[in-house]
Amino acid sequence: MTKQLNYLALQAAMGRMSRREFLGRAAALGVTALGANTLLASAAKAAGPQKGGTIRIGIQGGSSADSLDPALAANATASSIGRLWGEPLVELDPMGGIWHRLAESYDASADARVWTFKIRQGVTFSNGKELTAEDVLATMERHSGEESKSGALGIMRGIKSMRAEGSDFIIELDEPNADLPYLLTDYHLLIQPGGGKDDPAAGIGTGPYILKSVEPGVRFVAEKNPNYWDDSLGHADTIEFIVINDDTARVAALQSGQVHMINRVPPRTARLVDRAPTIDVRETAGPGHYVFIAHCDKDPFANNDVRMALKYGINRQEMVDKILNGYGSIGNDTPINSSYPLFTELEQRTYDPDKAKFHMQKSGYDGSILLRTSDNSFPGAPDAAALFQQSLSAAGINLEIKREPNDGYWSEVWNKQPFCTSYWGGRPTQDSMFSTAYLSTADWNDTRFNNEQFDQLLYAARAELDEAKRTQMYADMSTMVRDEGGLVCPMFNSFIDGVSTEVDGWVDAKAGFELNNFYAPMKMWVKA
Amino acid sequence: MAPILKLVAQRVALSLLLLLMVSVLIFAGTMILPGDVAQSILGQSATPEALANLRADLGLNDPPVTRYFQWLWGALHGDLGTALTSGQDITTAIGSRLSNTMFLAFWAAAISVPLAIFLGLLAVRYQNRWPDKLISAFTLTSISIPEFLIGYVLMYLLAVKLRWFPSVAMINDSMSLGQKLNSIALPVTVLTLVVLAQMMRMTRAAILNVMQSAYIETAELKGLTMFKIIWRHAFPNSISPIVNVVMLNLAYLVVGVVVIEVVFVYPGMGQYLVDHVSKRDVPVVQACGLIFAAVYIGLNMVADIVSILANPRLRHPK
Repeated sequence: MTKQLNYLALQAAMGRMSRREFLGRAAALGVTALGANTLLASAAKAAGPQKGGTIRIGIQGGSSADSLDPALAANATASSIGRLWGEPLVELDPMGGIWHRLAESYDASADARVWTFKIRQGVTFSNGKELTAEDVLATMERHSGEESKSGALGIMRGIKSMRAEGSDFIIELDEPNADLPYLLTDYHLLIQPGGGKDDPAAGIGTGPYILKSVEPGVRFVAEKNPNYWDDSLGHADTIEFIVINDDTARVAALQSGQVHMINRVPPRTARLVDRAPTIDVRETAGPGHYVFIAHCDKDPFANNDVRMALKYGINRQEMVDKILNGYGSIGNDTPINSSYPLFTELEQRTYDPDKAKFHMQKSGYDGSILLRTSDNSFPGAPDAAALFQQSLSAAGINLEIKREPNDGYWSEVWNKQPFCTSYWGGRPTQDSMFSTAYLSTADWNDTRFNNEQFDQLLYAARAELDEAKRTQMYADMSTMVRDEGGLVCPMFNSFIDGVSTEVDGWVDAKAGFELNNFYAPMKMWVKA
Repeated sequence: MAPILKLVAQRVALSLLLLLMVSVLIFAGTMILPGDVAQSILGQSATPEALANLRADLGLNDPPVTRYFQWLWGALHGDLGTALTSGQDITTAIGSRLSNTMFLAFWAAAISVPLAIFLGLLAVRYQNRWPDKLISAFTLTSISIPEFLIGYVLMYLLAVKLRWFPSVAMINDSMSLGQKLNSIALPVTVLTLVVLAQMMRMTRAAILNVMQSAYIETAELKGLTMFKIIWRHAFPNSISPIVNVVMLNLAYLVVGVVVIEVVFVYPGMGQYLVDHVSKRDVPVVQACGLIFAAVYIGLNMVADIVSILANPRLRHPK
């Protein structure tokens, strides 16, 4: 029986049988679906990647206003295309940790203040120039100069000096930071020849593919880079991205076989889409969270009891079920979840109208609370606001909802108005998440969280190289945000991708972003 | 012939004046859009320093009047500026988008206009009998359903289920004409269904109006066949309202197909405009607005002139 099963698995892995058919036949042989899936996965690996063919991706989040300049990348298309032609020094490993790309290895001084990155030798850019540590230096300079428009500017701010020595690229920091490699996985920091200072949007890098046709917001075609240094990446000859922002059109393109994979399958229809025999819907948990944010320094939210009342008055499970349709997990009023490296589980806060009522009465505030929301703060935000309104009314708290226009929401409402709905994509480490949005001096401290003890802990944790101690520090900080902060975090959303069974090699991940942290087109292959 | 030329010249001059006024409106309109270009370009994750740097870079600190005249001067010379967001030359970028839009509009018009007029004539010929009622029912149904819904239904049936046509109407230069036509089959069908009813109803109404005239009765008494009467006598005399409604629909096919472009992922002007509105890329929005206005005014001007030329009383004033 084992032999027969293995044969079937290999057939399925080679694409001569659909996954569903294989599962059915395996079940007939008395194998559970779970066992059969594992078998299939190992058989697929044994069959190995197949070279050649074209992989087409229908992608949401691109516009004809996009530029190829990685410094300006701000959506899924720009991030995906950047990873075709370019590479960062280090990348997030899908299973957690660091995946070495153009940095072969790195070392930190004992105080985590001086970092040395050894640059991979013998790698050439697609214009024929050889990669040197000077190119890395120039790239980092472009993203950190006073004049920089880079989205990575915030990350580069803590750097005191940088230099290139032979094949080494050395960074000296103002303050110790044990997380520097994680910060350098930022998707803007693609290494360009001469730092891309002459022509930032040239699309020339060391990546596995070379761009052949570029129509921003419409279509991108890239062909395999014959000189690429890493054989494990880039199996298809050609990769074609088609920007399809409309949800229904994107799903239809996958269903009709025009594309092999799509990102952001709408949660509402994901289960329906998964039913098709030629499509697998893949869910990846991530650090992104849908939130309600209150300014801790503005009335009535200046009173922590009002904030606690809001936190007890939200039904998290209902939000995950109805807003995310189950594709996500419940939040705990801290921006940190299990996708962070040094995560500690805190006691879960649950919906408790009595406690909400108690805190509200204790605060002495009896007016209504104004919540601003718009459709683009996160998908389904107005619905989530209505659910919040209902769950609060059970506690006798009156929530008023004000719909704001999508246009200008991020510049006029978010980070300006005292209470609104919002979205955070998350960061690779606790340190960068906390420094971006919870440090009292952060530009995007969108909850106006001002806690001296928290700030001190944040700086101390950066310099702490003992992992156990750091983990405890981050747990303490999460607890502070959870019990005193202005963040009401009901849910973490998962990335939902749709993948055709015509391609193989999907890797389940617990870190990074959609489409396998944008690497799915390069890690997967067309079945023969 | 002189009075005619004068009339036509007047129309053209008026149209140009109108276009100039529209350009002021477009410019003023884009000035009062809420939000900030720099913020939209860099997204939620921008730092204040990066925002300030970008704002200065884009020249957002100059006074609006100066910017209007610079823009108008450039536009008159065919230079629409560069896009703030991507740094591309707008004239080049719009060129390919506009030709895509024109390609789609052309084929939609090539099918829908003759079809609508033919159906209109047919409806008059069989007035109040079943072909007339069937045509009216069908066209009124198709115009009453929102166009995106027709799009999705056709996409589901013809692309996902039957796989006859692609659901994504992507065209590019390396495709042959046949491939392109296959690619745009679905959007052309939807657009045809959307514009058919109005033109067909107007044709029918205009001809029926003329059919009450005494000379039609004369023609009937002469023993001409019904279809010949309609084609030779009624149609030429009702051409002016028909041309008007045809031109309005042609204008719609060029400037109003944003929804269809989004649904079928067609790389036309509408999608281009929407992308840049949401990014506050003002020069592109202004350029698109100007082109759309020019198309609208131009087609209406053609309709006016055709009406004048088709009317002997205007052609030979006493």
